[in-house]
Amino acid sequence: MSSDDEANDIYYDDDDYGDDFDGQAGSAEDESMSEPDAEGYDVLSPSIDDLPQKKPYDVTYKVRTVQEIMDMQNREVQKIHALLDIPTSTAAILLRHHVWNSEKLQEAYFTDPEQTLLDAGLSPPSSPSPVKRTRSQHTVPFECPICCMDFTKEQVEDLTLTMGCGHRFCRTCWTEYISGKIRDEGESARIQCMGEACKRIVRPELVDELVPGELSKKYHNLLNAAYVADSPSLRWCPHPGCEHVIECHQVPPRMLNQLVPTVKCDCGRFLCFGCGYAGNHRPVLCKIVKMWEKKCADDSETANWLQANTKECTKCQSTIEKNGGCNHMTCKKCKWEFCWVCMGPWSEHGTSWYQCNRFDEKSGIDARDTQAKSRASLERYLHYFTRYANHDQSAKLDAVFYTTTENRMKAMQTQGLSWIETVFMRNAVDTIIAARITLKYSYAMAFYLVRNNDTEIFESNQTDLEMAVENLSHQLETNPEPDILMKMKQDITNLSAYVKKRSDILLDDVLTGYFEGRWKFTVTV
Amino acid sequence: MATGLASKRLMKELAEIKSKGTPPGITLLSAEDMQVWLFSIQVLGDETIYKGETFALKMKFGPRYPIECPEVTFVADQTYNAVIPIHPHCYSNGHICASILGNEWSPVLNCVAICITMQSMLASNKKKERPQGNDRYVRNAPSNPKLTRWHYDDDTV
Repeated sequence: MSSDDEANDIYYDDDDYGDDFDGQAGSAEDESMSEPDAEGYDVLSPSIDDLPQKKPYDVTYKVRTVQEIMDMQNREVQKIHALLDIPTSTAAILLRHHVWNSEKLQEAYFTDPEQTLLDAGLSPPSSPSPVKRTRSQHTVPFECPICCMDFTKEQVEDLTLTMGCGHRFCRTCWTEYISGKIRDEGESARIQCMGEACKRIVRPELVDELVPGELSKKYHNLLNAAYVADSPSLRWCPHPGCEHVIECHQVPPRMLNQLVPTVKCDCGRFLCFGCGYAGNHRPVLCKIVKMWEKKCADDSETANWLQANTKECTKCQSTIEKNGGCNHMTCKKCKWEFCWVCMGPWSEHGTSWYQCNRFDEKSGIDARDTQAKSRASLERYLHYFTRYANHDQSAKLDAVFYTTTENRMKAMQTQGLSWIETVFMRNAVDTIIAARITLKYSYAMAFYLVRNNDTEIFESNQTDLEMAVENLSHQLETNPEPDILMKMKQDITNLSAYVKKRSDILLDDVLTGYFEGRWKFTVTV
Repeated sequence: MATGLASKRLMKELAEIKSKGTPPGITLLSAEDMQVWLFSIQVLGDETIYKGETFALKMKFGPRYPIECPEVTFVADQTYNAVIPIHPHCYSNGHICASILGNEWSPVLNCVAICITMQSMLASNKKKERPQGNDRYVRNAPSNPKLTRWHYDDDTV
């Protein structure tokens, strides 16, 4: 590849950067039009009105392909190549050695070029370049010090190899050694000469020449992976099967106590740029979600017990398995209606405020002896955990619900609605899943919040969202008579919009609250 | 089982030991096959804290030797009256923390070179003590020391 091509690349991509500031909406729009989503729906994801507006707490980012990552490296390499007047392959090795810090490399090179090359495991410029191997005459036979094979003086040039450091070995041993480093140790940029204590780096060209195609491909993947790992502004999409890289320049680690940098990969899935979490853990901070999940894993016995999918009817004690998203349960046996979350009678939920997301901490304060206190703290944890696990479970069940929804959409089409008029159903399921995930993490947040007025507001937002979600979930599960189909459509559309609004209110409040330093946690963040 | 690469190289090492002998204080105790060899190591001279002691070093070769380092441990062996040396880099189960047996292994090194390194590691030691956290390590250690992630932090002994 000529260096002219490279230069063009630079200009092309700089333009790209400029576009970035047009904001997320533009790129998200493209995504929704072109990207099939995970469930296989390929057209008409949220319409343009539904697209999230860019908020002050959203970050600007760009989804990169592996090719673009390679181009990025090439651009850096070309810059150093031009600046220091050294071969591109040398520039690449120097950059990797200096963790892609081009300024540091330049400084070091201008101070002492010889030492800089040596430190990076390269031959000093005075010695002949190992790339252009001259066909020298070998006058003595050679025995490979590794495998002890003998080579005649005619064979030495073709069957053995040195990297200019004076250590010569046969090609078979080199291949075996490099293959092992790549395959077994996952090494890439740091493969050194086989000579004892020799720091000379094996150049990529030599790797490509010696190891079979499959491994050399793995080698280059490892080089890319190392580049991404070394760069604080890049992160791999953590979802299985996805090879995209997210580029974001706004999230230094110190910002993570006031920012939840959720981004959406081109594969259609969310991740957190801050911590690499494979999902959208808003509204809760990276550090807290980590703490919470660790706590849940540590208390796994309790959690396992709690996560069991069955509960007893509070009236007749029949065992009930929850197989849908709605928390309004009706016992098949005794017809008792109750709430799956608090197990209280449903009649108290429908009309009055939905109180079961709150936990009465008075019991904790009033507890006299330590035993009661520890019981209260366990109860407190279980309170938040049940709600967290519940929404997690419901969100998963709702995903299964996609299939049912699809069938019902088909059924509606036989009842006079066009396909496009039935899409609202699927949008409602999308909305509900997103809202449940937000709710789920909001309980992890609530567990660590210090009780004050802001927390009261937070919990009341949580209550409102929870209620909106349950209403919508319930509405989605009822099978309407054909004649009220249009009314149902209206209801579901309205409820969906309401859920979305409540969800935004909760997230807005929490995420702007981080900037304002409004949230006080029981742990340090 | 040692393959072509390993056995050819080991045969060669063996022939060299037989013709040229081993350095003072190092003896090849057994090399029955191309899988496990046993060396004895003594630290010579009056300066050493290991005066009069004999240690047995077991080397187990994989098919990728010498590209890969052998599995090297000290063993207690009554036949040779050998004990596991008390040294800040030697755990009581015989595992050794030495960089040349890990990330600084080079395929040009050989059995005798390993023995010499072990001998000089013992010779430079001034105080008989086990590594920090010996008991905890020994309780949880894998049987193959190469599966342990070593952290090399002390170059003095």
